[in-house]
Order: sequence, then C-alpha cells, then structure tokens
Amino acid sequence: MIFEGLSFALRPGEAIALTGRNGAGKSSLIAMLCGRLRPDGGSIRLGGVEDEADLAEIAHLVGHRDGLKTALTARENLAFAQDVLGHAAATPDEALAAVGLGHAAELPAGYLSAGQRRRVALARLLVSRRPYWLLDEPLSALDTASQAMVAGLMRDHLAQGGAILAATHGPLGLDGTREVRIGA
Amino acid sequence: MKRAFLAILKRDLAVASRAGGGGELALVFFLTMVVLVPFALGPDLNLLSRIGPAILWLGALLSALIGLDRLFQSDEEDGSLDLIRASALPLELAVLAKGLAHWLTTGLPLALVSPLLGLLVALPGEGVLPLVATLLVGTPALSFIGAGGAALAASLRRGGLIVPVLVAPLTVPVLIFGVSSANAAVGGTVPFLTPFLILCAISLGAIVVGTVAAAAALRSAD
Repeated sequence: MIFEGLSFALRPGEAIALTGRNGAGKSSLIAMLCGRLRPDGGSIRLGGVEDEADLAEIAHLVGHRDGLKTALTARENLAFAQDVLGHAAATPDEALAAVGLGHAAELPAGYLSAGQRRRVALARLLVSRRPYWLLDEPLSALDTASQAMVAGLMRDHLAQGGAILAATHGPLGLDGTREVRIGA
Repeated sequence: MKRAFLAILKRDLAVASRAGGGGELALVFFLTMVVLVPFALGPDLNLLSRIGPAILWLGALLSALIGLDRLFQSDEEDGSLDLIRASALPLELAVLAKGLAHWLTTGLPLALVSPLLGLLVALPGEGVLPLVATLLVGTPALSFIGAGGAALAASLRRGGLIVPVLVAPLTVPVLIFGVSSANAAVGGTVPFLTPFLILCAISLGAIVVGTVAAAAALRSAD
C-alpha cells in the first residue's frame, strides 16, 4: 500500500501541484494517471475516458526520465515524439525556440546538459497537442530563468483550456495552483 | 498510425547507424567467428565445405542474439518506451516496427555478407545463393523470437545474458531447417524446397507470435 483515500478533480484551465515527501507515491500516481500502473482500488477518469489503455493516449507525460535518444539530435528527438504522439501542433524548431534551445537543434541530445535535456523533454509538450499535461518534477535541473519560461508555457496551456498535474517540491510559479498532498 | 510506425522504424535505424549504436557489432562478431573457425579446424577443405553452411548459420544466429538485450531495455531506461506507450499506435505494431528495424540492421547485412564469408569455409559455388536465401528468410525469425525474449528482460537492470539464454533454445528449429536447406542445395537426397518452405513458415509464424508475445510482455512489465 502506497497511499489510499486520495480523491481530487482536475478541471480544464486548472493546475494541480502534487506534493509529498520522497517516496510518498507522487510518481506512482502519475503512472496510474497515464495508464502505466493499475490502482488496487478506486477509479480514474480523464476527460470521460476510464479505460487505462486510452488514458495514455490523451495524457501528455514528461516523467523523470527525459525520453530522449542521446544519439539523435534535439530536432530528431522532437520530430519522433511528434510522429509517435500525433495531434501535431508546433514544429520541432518552433518548440525548441520556445524553450530557448533554437541554437541546439542540430546537437545530439547526448551533448546537452541535464537542464537542456529537460527543456527538450518539455518542448515535447508543444510539438503535439494533448489536453492533460502530467509532469513529474518538471523543474528539476532547470535554472531560474528556465523555470520562469516553463511557468510561461504552463500558463499558456491553461489559458487554452488545458489542465496540468505536476509533481513538485518547489513552487511551480503559477497563480491559483491547487495543492494536493499525498501522505500526511 | 502509419506515421508513428514509420517514425519508430526510422528512429531505430538512425540510432543503430550512429556511432555506438551497435548496428555494426553483429556484423563484426559474425566476421570474427567465421574467420576463426577455419583456423581451429585446420586445412581440411572437404571437412570445411561440408560443415560450412552450419558454421555460417551458427555465426549468424549468435550474432543476431548478442545485441538483442538492448532492443527494449534501452528504450525503457531512457523513458522513450513511455512515449511509445502513449502513442495511439497499438503496442504490437510498435514491436513490429522495432523488430523490423532489428532485422534490417542485423539479419539483412549478415545475409548480404555471407557469400564473402562462404569463401572462407570453402562453400561450393552452387551453394552460395541458396545459403543467402536461407539466411534472408530465416533471420527474421531470429529477430522476432528474440524480440519476445528482449521484451521480458526490458525492465531488468542487468538482463544482459538472460536474453540469449532465454531465446537460444527457441531458435533451434530455425537453425535445423536453415542449415538443412542450405545443405540440401549442395547435395543430399532431400530437395532444397522441402526444408526451405518449412523455414519460411517458421519465420512467418515467429513474426506473428513474437510480436504478440513481446507486446504482452511489455504490458505486463508495469
């Protein structure tokens, strides 16, 4: 048993900061929300979808692993994500420019620093449009300027009617974020 | 959906072809093994040409197996398997794309260089084309049987050797019919087509069963 009796609703235009000590189950909850783990009890409904296989298809996950192939360039990584996830929105180059990495498009991901890789992973949110962003420690390894930039991206997403659930230890930099605490 | 399939195929080919991608490793291993065997056996050309097809097939089998453990493990480690899971593409088709990429970067090059290595084991001239044909239709079975094993080991941190150990026994029929059809082409009482068609059937079956099994293993790994 990791946690029990957790109940919350996430509405369009709303952001939830998922907090709790290390090992409380934040990542496990995110894994459940995108259909990778099955809860022992209770139910998860995301945009009217309850089948866990379909949960993965409407949620946009940036987990604590960046999901980048180190041998491929930043642009190739994003183009791959766009083709695989569908619902194309911004082009890989536009998305890289939006996270301040327009100059690094041709560099293999293996050459980028941890913070830059994190930003490429977050740029994935922009290349394909999905309403629910599930972010696991989105601000880890980011400097303060990049954190503000990510907060800007999240604000834009909320303004367009999207919803965000982010596991975090620090403030997300958004106004009106609701906090859900796992494990007392 | 077609776009996602092609994207996975293209990405795996690109990763294998870049430095350190392991695409050339199987080929070098194949080369090394087949070059070493004549030294071990000595200068008996009759013996060499009799067991030549077996050596080439054994070499191809082992080379196809060595890189297999990374097939899903590397995607699992860097998180890109989550990306593939999040796609609308059914996991079975994603596995098919990855298996196809594995064959294009191991089985196909192995089959294409085998005539050259046939010279080293004194393979008779009329046996060269049939050998290439058996490797061409037989190696997809290795990639896809292997994909099933690789998917089981995807979430194991140190699964390295477990995949070849798991997969090797399942590849025995491929080896038997591959070698016997390559042998049938250079002599013997069995016509070439008999074992060759069975080999084709094994390959087709392995593509289907391996794909479904690997997808099931990846789903239950969570």
